[in-house]
Amino acid sequence: MDIQTKDTGFPRTSSEKAMSLPENIKKAIDTAIKGNKDRPGALLPILHGIQDDIGHIPPEAVPIIADELNLSRAEVHGAISFYHYFRQTPPGRHSIQICQAESCQAMGSETLTTHAKQSLGIDFHSTTSDQEFSLDPVYCLGNCACSPAVMVDDEVYGRVTPERLEQILDQVRGGRQ
Amino acid sequence: MNTKVYIPRDSSALSLGADQTAKAIATEATKRGANIDIIRNGSRGLFWLEPMIEVATPQGRVAYGPVASQDVPGLFDAGFLSGGAHALNLGMTEDISYLRKQERLTFARVGITDPVSLQDYLDHEGYRGLKRALSMDGGAIVKEVTDSGLRGRGGAAFPTGIKWNTVLNTAAVQKYIVCNADEGDSGTYSDRMIMEGDPFVLIEGMTIAGIAVGATHGYIYLRSEYPHALRVLNEAIDVAVANNYLGTDILGSGKNFRLEVRRGAGAYVCGEETSLLESLEGKRGLVRFKPPLPAIQGLFGKPTIINNVISLASVPIILDKGGEYYRDYGMGRSRGTLPIQLAGNLKHCGLVEKAFGVTLRELLYDYGGGSASGRPIRAVQVGGPLGSYLPESQFDTPLDYEAFTNIWAVLGHGGIVAFDDTVDMAKMARYAMEFCAIESCGKCTPCRIGSIRGVEVMDKIIAEQDRTANIALLRDLNDTMLNGSLCALGGMTPYPVLSALNHFPEDFGLQKTSQAA
Repeated sequence: MDIQTKDTGFPRTSSEKAMSLPENIKKAIDTAIKGNKDRPGALLPILHGIQDDIGHIPPEAVPIIADELNLSRAEVHGAISFYHYFRQTPPGRHSIQICQAESCQAMGSETLTTHAKQSLGIDFHSTTSDQEFSLDPVYCLGNCACSPAVMVDDEVYGRVTPERLEQILDQVRGGRQ
Repeated sequence: MNTKVYIPRDSSALSLGADQTAKAIATEATKRGANIDIIRNGSRGLFWLEPMIEVATPQGRVAYGPVASQDVPGLFDAGFLSGGAHALNLGMTEDISYLRKQERLTFARVGITDPVSLQDYLDHEGYRGLKRALSMDGGAIVKEVTDSGLRGRGGAAFPTGIKWNTVLNTAAVQKYIVCNADEGDSGTYSDRMIMEGDPFVLIEGMTIAGIAVGATHGYIYLRSEYPHALRVLNEAIDVAVANNYLGTDILGSGKNFRLEVRRGAGAYVCGEETSLLESLEGKRGLVRFKPPLPAIQGLFGKPTIINNVISLASVPIILDKGGEYYRDYGMGRSRGTLPIQLAGNLKHCGLVEKAFGVTLRELLYDYGGGSASGRPIRAVQVGGPLGSYLPESQFDTPLDYEAFTNIWAVLGHGGIVAFDDTVDMAKMARYAMEFCAIESCGKCTPCRIGSIRGVEVMDKIIAEQDRTANIALLRDLNDTMLNGSLCALGGMTPYPVLSALNHFPEDFGLQKTSQAA
């Protein structure tokens, strides 16, 4: 509707870039754009669509989206990098988010976080070398009455002790989902 | 007739295993040939009892909780389907004192009805507000909201009626209703409970807002951390559309209102209204300068009502029972009820909807039951990460916007997070700065740079480096953030920081004062 038209001066390379992309990624980008481009404020729904499908937003998607929405690549990249939820690299098979906010701190999230980092052998914002788990901080899951809270993939867990976290990780490893 | 068994589908109940409990009950019922209908309701908000299941008996609903899947065979043995005695039997749900003492207006149906059943909603006084609104003109609807005394429940407490009136009186070909469902404050979950437990009340409230000011399109900006709320909202919107409560010519009135849910992407600052509008427009969530007010130039430059979930969800009962009915609850200029959320280190965390005027002490001890750890409660943070920390000496403050302003604190969105005496308040002050640094949109310098400097100064204070000078510097920095920031993120981060410093100076290496400043 009111999306600003800006000429970036950059060469338009989207079609060339798109050629070299794996088929599933290309399809995810196309589908997200096609389903959303005519909605007002289409950028976030498109980014969500891509990430829902393939777990991240590859850099190759940026010029294609920019082209389709008549935005500059900077505007698209700027939006992706602004929002904590969007990721530019593939996540592990399972995403683990541990709440770091006050309510969970009051109930021992710090100990839980330290345990998770040790147990998985990684810090926040990283993925285990076997690509199984990504570990990220999150600021409030709205489960503050059952702190500390952890989100594994799309499921929230409450009153998570280090022992319970291990059980959850085992379940997830065992292909619960 | 089949016995109705209620098992919540609320995120918090699910986080404690409600799905497993539901599965176990279904399996056990089949095995024993018991005829039951499982209804996945919202949560009553008694989270220490979740998963709390209820059985409909001729006398009323009987509650059991917390029910883990391994408790299920025992419950069948005890005849729970007819309200039989069992260690987990909590008696009649309505008689549980935590619930009985509340004044549930906005949460009247949450935990009682099937969230996505329109019939259930209608059977429990749903859509009566909309029907009345459809017989009124826009000005009369806005006046009803103004008369109710409702103030924005997102935290800023701006009178809702005045906001609506501005949009009503601004001529435009297109206006919007935007619901701020970016509930990012730690210790708050009432928006989520409404969206998961009674989505129609939010849909109805937004529809009434649209009809009142002549807006035909609404957006619910929902945070990405709430996948269950997204599912329930979309289910409910589909049902409302199919039954002509949304869409064109609503209930034959000639009025149109479309509604869609948009997902946020994990930016706390997008709970600030102008940042949220930028995000809805598909941009980085940078805060806008005001004026122009969103009510005049909001989403896509058009007049926009932007209200919190609870504000909008309070509108149906105001339209149904009248502004005066709502205004009769509360104290001073804080009218109506506030859904208070007890969180953190409390024995009985849960949702308590009460008229304004209840004290913190009542909430922490009568409802909350004291700390979960059994240690003394040392500090509570009210109003999310930008709210002040209050010491025990202020626990008798009534929940009232003005009373909180007077003690340099905020009610915010009604979240209360309790900490026991193991808390290190200097660490919490550092965290407040760190959170601001992580979440700052970066548009204004006091917030963007101030928060980073704040973390550094706090690190020095914690490391006992030149504390007197660094505390003076910290105060100076907070003064700049307080007065120079563009929005509440940078402008209110000083609340937790300075309140921690003023009320708990001993944690910053200062003399404990007998009288907190």
